[in-house]
Amino acid sequence: MPHASRYRDGVTAALPLAVAVVPFGMSFGVLARSAGMGRLAPVVMSATTFAGSAQFAAASILGAGGGLAAAIVAAVLLNVRYGPIGLSVAGVLRGGPLARFVQAQLVVDESWAVANRGGRFDRRLLLGAGAVLYASWLLGTVAGVLAGDLLGDPERLGLDAAFPALFLALLVPQLRVRGDRSQGSGSGPSGGTAPAAGPVGPTAWLRSHTALVAAVLGAAIAICLVLVSPPGVPIIAASVACLVGACRPTTAAGATPTRRGQEERP
Amino acid sequence: MPRGGRDLDRARAGGAPVTAAWAIVLVVGVATVAIKASGPVLLGGRELPPRVRGALEQLAPALLAALVAVGVFASGRRLVLDARVVGLLAAVVALRLRAPTLVVVAVAAVATALVRLA
Repeated sequence: MPHASRYRDGVTAALPLAVAVVPFGMSFGVLARSAGMGRLAPVVMSATTFAGSAQFAAASILGAGGGLAAAIVAAVLLNVRYGPIGLSVAGVLRGGPLARFVQAQLVVDESWAVANRGGRFDRRLLLGAGAVLYASWLLGTVAGVLAGDLLGDPERLGLDAAFPALFLALLVPQLRVRGDRSQGSGSGPSGGTAPAAGPVGPTAWLRSHTALVAAVLGAAIAICLVLVSPPGVPIIAASVACLVGACRPTTAAGATPTRRGQEERP
Repeated sequence: MPRGGRDLDRARAGGAPVTAAWAIVLVVGVATVAIKASGPVLLGGRELPPRVRGALEQLAPALLAALVAVGVFASGRRLVLDARVVGLLAAVVALRLRAPTLVVVAVAAVATALVRLA
């Protein structure tokens, strides 16, 4: 009984998100059709890939004539973050390898955020929310693909500008200034803990604005390469900018233990 | 007139992008499923080194920003200023007003379409 109610809590927590995810899936269906992906492929992609930003990126690069390899590499790179996100929830998933495999597919940015309880994860919230989001995403995609039949020339409707607007909307929440974070991306714990006793000056600035630096650098790399490389390549090359996350200075002695201590406090 | 299966496929599907779409669906799907499962299935409770994790965290911001920049300013191998810039500015305003994602996207499309009409 209490188990069932926890799953239900996940469903309830995800319902407001579902209201947003259905139209989001619809926009993927419409844009994928305008990129020439046909009717069935976008739906199958939503059912199997189940990761918005990567799906939009693949459709966008394909629609811009960027080629197959570029579309695939960019989409896969965007999903690499699910490696660490999957690691962060690995401890709470139950069952044998097959059960864990299936449960892991329900982990997306939003279900991960819903199930995050101060750095710990509630398995039933995670799976309940994941199931709602999965159904909404699939339903939205089907509706969008069908609606795409009714629409005319995508450029006349300004749909080519809809792609970058969407990517911007996905990017902005990730630029939020925060003290530090340990896992994943997306709308994680919003209470960014400012490093009160940390160093000030450029070092501290870089620590709290890493995502902004990565974004500006990524955009700059891509813009420069547009002039000299085939479409698609600039996006992939921009991934090099993520290395700013690796050379984040760790001057504050014991910064990591402090951070972890804060997160695991209920 | 040799007519290979590829030509037939193209004729039936209405163009190369559909075939490419299926390749994308397959490869990206398999890769994503594998990435998502890798942590829970293979690594159990172990963690990645902080530097690797730090870099992986910044992949999404870097790629999304690149997608925005290229989506707005690139036209083939040239950089152009056209109606899409107006669409992006409209999206920025909508985001500042905390509009939902769908509204942001719709505002950008409508603004771009209006500029093209003018």
